[in-house]
Amino acid sequence: MRLSAYLNGIGVLGPNLASWPDTVAVLTGRRAYVPTPTVLPASTLLPPAERRRIGRVVKLALAVAAEATTHADTAPAQLASVFSSSGGDGHNCHELCEALALPNREVSPTRFSNSVHNAAAGYWSIATGAKRESNVLCAFDASFAAGLLEAMTQVVVDGESVLLVAYDTEYPEPIRSKRPVPDAFGVALVLSPSQQPNSLVRLDAMLCHTLPDTLANPALEALRLAIPAARSLPFLLQVASRESGAAVIDYLDVARLALDVAPCV
Amino acid sequence: MKPVQLTSFTATSCIGLGLGSTLESLLAQSSGLEPCTFETVDITTHIGEVRGVDAVRVPHELSRFECRNNRLAELALRQDGFLESVQAARARWGAGRVGVFMGTSTAGILQTELAYRQRDPANGALPEAFEYASTHNSFSVADYLRRRLNLEGPAAVVSCACASSAKVFGSARRMLEAGVIDAALVGGVDSLCLTTLYGFHSLQLSSPSPCRPFDVSRNGISIGEAAAFALLERPSADADGDAILLLGVGESSDAYHMSAPHPKGEGASHAMQAALTAAGLTPADIDYINLHGTATPSNDRAESHAVTSVFGRATPASSTKGATGHTLGAAGALEAVICALALREGLMPGGLPSTQVDPTLTAHYLRENRRAPVARVLSNSFGFGGTNCSLIFGRAG
Repeated sequence: MRLSAYLNGIGVLGPNLASWPDTVAVLTGRRAYVPTPTVLPASTLLPPAERRRIGRVVKLALAVAAEATTHADTAPAQLASVFSSSGGDGHNCHELCEALALPNREVSPTRFSNSVHNAAAGYWSIATGAKRESNVLCAFDASFAAGLLEAMTQVVVDGESVLLVAYDTEYPEPIRSKRPVPDAFGVALVLSPSQQPNSLVRLDAMLCHTLPDTLANPALEALRLAIPAARSLPFLLQVASRESGAAVIDYLDVARLALDVAPCV
Repeated sequence: MKPVQLTSFTATSCIGLGLGSTLESLLAQSSGLEPCTFETVDITTHIGEVRGVDAVRVPHELSRFECRNNRLAELALRQDGFLESVQAARARWGAGRVGVFMGTSTAGILQTELAYRQRDPANGALPEAFEYASTHNSFSVADYLRRRLNLEGPAAVVSCACASSAKVFGSARRMLEAGVIDAALVGGVDSLCLTTLYGFHSLQLSSPSPCRPFDVSRNGISIGEAAAFALLERPSADADGDAILLLGVGESSDAYHMSAPHPKGEGASHAMQAALTAAGLTPADIDYINLHGTATPSNDRAESHAVTSVFGRATPASSTKGATGHTLGAAGALEAVICALALREGLMPGGLPSTQVDPTLTAHYLRENRRAPVARVLSNSFGFGGTNCSLIFGRAG
């Protein structure tokens, strides 16, 4: 079983990683990497009323999705989408749990609407008019690979071009002590079944049992281990290298995802 | 799409543990909704609570997964020989060739809600015993089932609000068609918690009385809980006429509003049309529609509009949420199993309670049970965020 797709656009945002070109500079050693807190841009995609309602997790997802679709020069409305996150909006969840622990249990209707795991996918479709199918996954630490596998089957079986968005943000205390994701990291990929003029690489995926690749740079390796969406970094490194090669990324305890990457130009 | 077979299925909700009692309730048109006495909840509403969930214990070696949601999953797993069917599939295909795709909206978040009442007064910390990954996290229910059943194939939770466990059928059938797996455990598990009870109340979307889908006086949902599972495999060559097949999956997004449906049900029509296209069927091929039918004024109006735009006014349709309540992330799978029963038994379940259908809703709403051969059915599931999924099931012969 091999699943094949073409990668046409990438978006990245994370600790001291401002964009995909910036991430390429770091991964290829052209810029030194010192982690600093992730800076999330205000979304310009949503109307002001909606913009006020969104939290960090939605800002992050919209930012990387917008970068990837722009990079791929593809209208978002044409794409099916897969959103995958290990935990959703931790701050919103904390506020709801705090409210429910108080005697009067007054829950904010907006917080409740935003508590759905598919909030980012919903706001993305409202922002861009994307009416195609959109799936939203959670697989805890395996969320990036689970999302990629889901997106690849849509490409291969349904012949769809798919936007994959994997994104995680931190919980505040007291959940943070139980789930210590330290900061925000998101990655978005635009995948298509056939090669496009601007395709970056051809990607072949298969399940395997070898250990996931690690990163030589200790700060980047720490990032890979700390934030589930950053489990994508060995793959992003292979793409950034502009050379043919393979990357093994983390998935489940019993299976990993092996990705063969071949540049298109 | 290539059809896949539901080689085994089961459901546990407030109308029954397993298929036998679920069918009995449907035949008797009895509802499982009762006034809410769940936990310390102090709002006036009705709920579909599964009795005896907290008496269930998960196996000792998986005790870190103890929470109402996983107990409900465990309870459902023990009905109808379903656990044994999954074990047989594992033996047939190998552990790595069986995937697990589960829908849930809130998983075991009740654990966190309770833990927030027990924070350390000095530093605010949650109790030592609180387990995040195996209870609160959405993936916990899929992770519980894969460990419980020793399955090693791809696994994920789909969490698209109230469409979650309809959409797992789409994920699983793609994995089957791509050859990544040979069998999939799919389903949905969602259990009562304060977030949804108080959340829907805050939006004024829950009814103080038992919900009345498509009724002229409908005024909101009744929240329920359920666990429903199906084992999906490629159709076997010797499948008899009673075999139940998944024939079509259609998905769409409203791109309209986070918590309100498109008024004309535009996204819902797209999902139904896409399911028909995937199945290679026309509207006239569908004998019965299991509606999303939540009983909020706007949802039912939008869905009725959408159904009429695709099917006209003749196709019999009903919502079974008047019996089960709205089981949120488990609704898609629960209603898929009800559809499988409809096909197997030749039963179109009438919607409860049988009062007065809203005359402004143009879909052909069934109030009484109808016994007749049923060859193909469509089931709708829609969720917050404007996510829509329609499934088509049919008999093999």
